[in-house]
Formats: sequence, structure tokens, C-alpha cells
Amino acid sequence: MNNGEQWLLLGQSGSGKTTLLHILTGLLEPTSGEIKINDTNLYSLSSKKLDEFRGQHIGIVFQKPHLIKSLNITENLFLAQSFAGLPTDKNRIEEVLASLAMAHKKNAYPQELSQGQLQRVTIARAVINKPTLLIADEPTSSLDDKNAEAVLALLKEQSELNKATLVVATHDKRVKDAFNLTYSLS
Amino acid sequence: MSPFKISWKNIWSKPLNTALNILLIAFGTAILTVLLLASTQIEDKLDKNSKDIDLVVGAKGSPLQLILSSIYYIDFPTGNIPMNEARKLMKNPFVKRAVPLALGDNYNGVRIVGTDSNYISLYGLKLQSGKFWEADLEATIGANVAKEQNLKVGDTFFGGHGLTEMKDEHKDHAYEVVGILAPQQNVTDNLILTAIGSIWKMHEEHVDDGESHQDHEGEAEHAHDEDREFTSILIQYRSPMAVAMFPMMVNQTTNMQAASPAQESTRLFSLIGVGVDTLQWFAVLIMFIAAISVFVNLYNSLKERSYDLAIMRTLGASKGKLFSLIILEGLILTFIGTLIGIAFGHGILHLIGNYQESSQAKMNGLLFIREEFYLLAAGLLIGIIAAVIPAIQAYRSNISKILAKN
Repeated sequence: MNNGEQWLLLGQSGSGKTTLLHILTGLLEPTSGEIKINDTNLYSLSSKKLDEFRGQHIGIVFQKPHLIKSLNITENLFLAQSFAGLPTDKNRIEEVLASLAMAHKKNAYPQELSQGQLQRVTIARAVINKPTLLIADEPTSSLDDKNAEAVLALLKEQSELNKATLVVATHDKRVKDAFNLTYSLS
Repeated sequence: MSPFKISWKNIWSKPLNTALNILLIAFGTAILTVLLLASTQIEDKLDKNSKDIDLVVGAKGSPLQLILSSIYYIDFPTGNIPMNEARKLMKNPFVKRAVPLALGDNYNGVRIVGTDSNYISLYGLKLQSGKFWEADLEATIGANVAKEQNLKVGDTFFGGHGLTEMKDEHKDHAYEVVGILAPQQNVTDNLILTAIGSIWKMHEEHVDDGESHQDHEGEAEHAHDEDREFTSILIQYRSPMAVAMFPMMVNQTTNMQAASPAQESTRLFSLIGVGVDTLQWFAVLIMFIAAISVFVNLYNSLKERSYDLAIMRTLGASKGKLFSLIILEGLILTFIGTLIGIAFGHGILHLIGNYQESSQAKMNGLLFIREEFYLLAAGLLIGIIAAVIPAIQAYRSNISKILAKN
């Protein structure tokens, strides 16, 4: 994959999409082969360095939007910055929230938001550190048509905005048409 | 975003669980604090007040009662002893210093002690203003007495018969305050000191119905030597040899009894000790339950939070970071609990102090001692121990598996 490309990873459930994504993101060590991002070999890093590298260079959006319930939206984004070992930057948070039309909810807690809004915040969290690689695992499968389309558009828009390579894994047929680069698992 | 803030926020996302944990820890710590403070203060008071007194001689009866009344001024005296016999003992070669005491009167509950100038050197008394008592009816009062009874040098007051209440006031003679003691941090802060003759004077007039009060003081003393009495004598030995010989001599050859403050204090402590021990174990048990409660709380919440923790890992948090987050939660819980407990313990003790009638054994909740840091350290240790297993679990968790499940 080259920088800035947008890929679709297609496959039925159980075909190994999530496993592949976990390997790509440094969460699961492969039995053979290696993963290189920006010339860094992921699995040659120490566990701590790998976590830090992931925080700084890889943004992940999960199927279910999962935020830390005890923290509000801004704090959840602060968390993403500080866990990655980067200085906290309020301006960047407001900028990202604004680009996702979520600026008005910056002090709300996760339980006060709808599913669609939560998914937007997780996208914000994934791109907050301007990652090289933006990964989404079934981002649309729990959303209705309208929201699925919106989330997909946002992912593409945000990856362009942040110059990140985008990989979306899904079995959702609705997503197909939006991508011209496709990799199928069968 | 500091780890402290993350842990703090998470703890308070379940306020009831958190409150229960803190309550348990605070309760246990409070009991331990009260016990620690009370026993330290009592021991301290007992030691300070009996510092230089080797033996007390008084009327036969309970030796503990004799010690309590003559050194700590809390119980009633055992009775009186004839002055002539007491004087013989005071001249004994074993005796370095002997201080006679005459008790039995009070002013608004403050005990009036008739004694001589030896008392000053025995306790190493110092003045804040005025002078020491010399003539009869001159009184030198303790620092607390001056403050609480609002007395200053030059004021006069009437003594009352008895040790606690002002009934049967001795209206014929008024005491005059001639001096105020500097704070001594011992019993004398709460006493009124006067010459022994003052006490005799008060009581003779009841007995003799005014017969002798016109006499010259010196003559009066001589005339009544036969039936003059002391309440007790405080004795300092000349040599350690006396420890074995002197009390036996007093108890066997005279009609009086000798009691050793050191022995009686030890006996008193062994009596109280059983209760203190029981309470102490009770408090330790509560702390133990608190530790388990913190553990269960962290362990359970860990199950619910496994996904949260996995997400934190994907955001760049290392395993070590998750470990320290959980340990921090345990520490915060027990730290708050211990602090509240210590504060609460001081409050309770102060409250007890306020309701105590005896000014001599009064507890002070505002005194802090070094051992309380050990309590705090113990609290923190409990926090770490309770959190260590959940923290290890968080450290070891397989995030790929957790994330794949949802």
C-alpha cells in the first residue's frame, strides 16, 4: 500500500479481516512475515515502543464506538494525545471536532450521545494524532443507511485531510462502491 | 491527561462503591487513630506526672486509689494520716525529698492542694506571674485554672468542701491568688496550690467552731500538732536501695500504706490493656475487610472495563501504564479513606475530651503524633496489596482477543 491510498478490505465474517487488521496495527504478532509502516518494522519494536508507535501513527475505528465512559469527549481526545506520548493540544481537538461537526458536544459525556455521534467521536479520536494509517473495522455495520454513508464519507474525508492511508474492513455491501482499491479475503 | 486524573475520574464514575470502600477504610483507621492517640496521651500523662515520685505514702486502702488521688488527682483520697507519724517517715535516711499533701477542698471542681515549698522543686514549677504561696490562704494557681476560671493575681475566691462540687463553701476565709504558674504540661496546670495551713484552717474552724482562729498561726500549729493530719506524702528516694526496703518498712511497721506509682500504673494499664487489645483487633479486622472490598471492587470493575483498557492500549498506553492506573486507583481509595479516618479519629477524641469531667485526664484531639504516619503508610500499603492482582490482570490481558470479541 502506498501513502494516502484508500483501500477496502472485503470478506465474510470469520474470513480473518479482524485478525489481519490486528496484525497490521501491532496488536497481534504474526507467526511469520513482518509489517512495515514508514520503514519501521512493527514487531521488532519493544512492547512499550510498539504501543507508543501505534498511538502516534495508527488510528483505529471499531465497529462499536467505544469511549471511556468516565471522561467527557474532550477528555477522551486528550487521552488519545497523552497515551501516544504527545503533548495535549486543545486547538487540535477543537479543529478535529469542528471538521466532524461535533464541536458543540465537546463537554458532553459518552452516554449523552447517539450512536452516530459516538462513531464520529471515535473517528475524531482515530485521526487526532494525524496518523499515517487509519484503520476502520466494520465501521458501518451497526448503522443505518444514512449514517453508514455519512461515516464512510467522513472516514474518506478525514484520511485525505490528515494525509493518512485508509483501510476499511467490512462485509457490508453498501460500502463497496465508494472504493476503487479492493482486497478480498475468501 | 495525567494518570491520576484518569484513575480519579474512573473511581468516581461509581460513587456508591467508592463511598463504601472509603467508609470501611475510614472506619477502621478512625478506631485505630483513637486508640493510638488515647493510649499515647494517657501513657504520656501518667509518665510525666509521676516522673520524679518514687513512692506515695497515705492511709491504708487501695494502693491504686492512693496513686490516682495523690499523683493524678482523679480519684478520692484513701483517708488521712497523722502528721506526727508522717513526719517521722519524712526524716528517714532513705528519703531524699518528701512532700506532704493535704487534699479535700475544691474551687468549682478544681482541686485545692495544701503542700509546702518542696512541691515546687519536685515538679520544677515555674511562674508566669506573681509569686509562689507562702503564708496561709495565699494561692498559686495552674495555667489552665487561671484561663478557665478567669482568675488573675490579686483575685480572691472561696474554697468548697469536697473534691468535685461547690457545696459547703468555706465562707470564713477567702483565698487570694498571689501567683500563676507557667504551663507545665502536667497535673499542676489544673491545680490550685496553697500552704497546708490553709487547708487546716478551713477545717479546724468547722471542728473547733472558731476557737483557735484568733490565735497566732505559729501557736495554733503547735497547739494542734497531735490531731493535725496530711492526706499523703510524695517521696523521692535517696538511693535505689530504698526500693526494696522502704515500702516494706512502711507497710509493716506503721499504720500507713506505701504505693509505688510505677507498679500501680503498670497494673492500671494491664487492666485497660485487654479492652484496648480487643478494639485493636476489631479495627484490624475492619481494615482487612476494607482491603478485600477494595480488591473485589477493582476486580469486578476490571471485567467491565476490559474493553476500555484494550482501547487505551490501542491509543498507545503501554502495559505498564495500565498496571499503574489500577494501582493508582487502589492507592487513591485507601489514601482518602485513611486521611478521613485519621481526621475523624481526632474529631472523636476531641469530642470525648470535651465531655470528660476530670480535667486531669482530658484527651486532646488536636495533638498529632508520629505514629499516625505509620497508619497512613499502612493504608497505602493496603491499597497497593488490594490492587496488585487486578493490576497484573490488566497488564497481562490479551487486547487482540478482547477487541475481537465485540
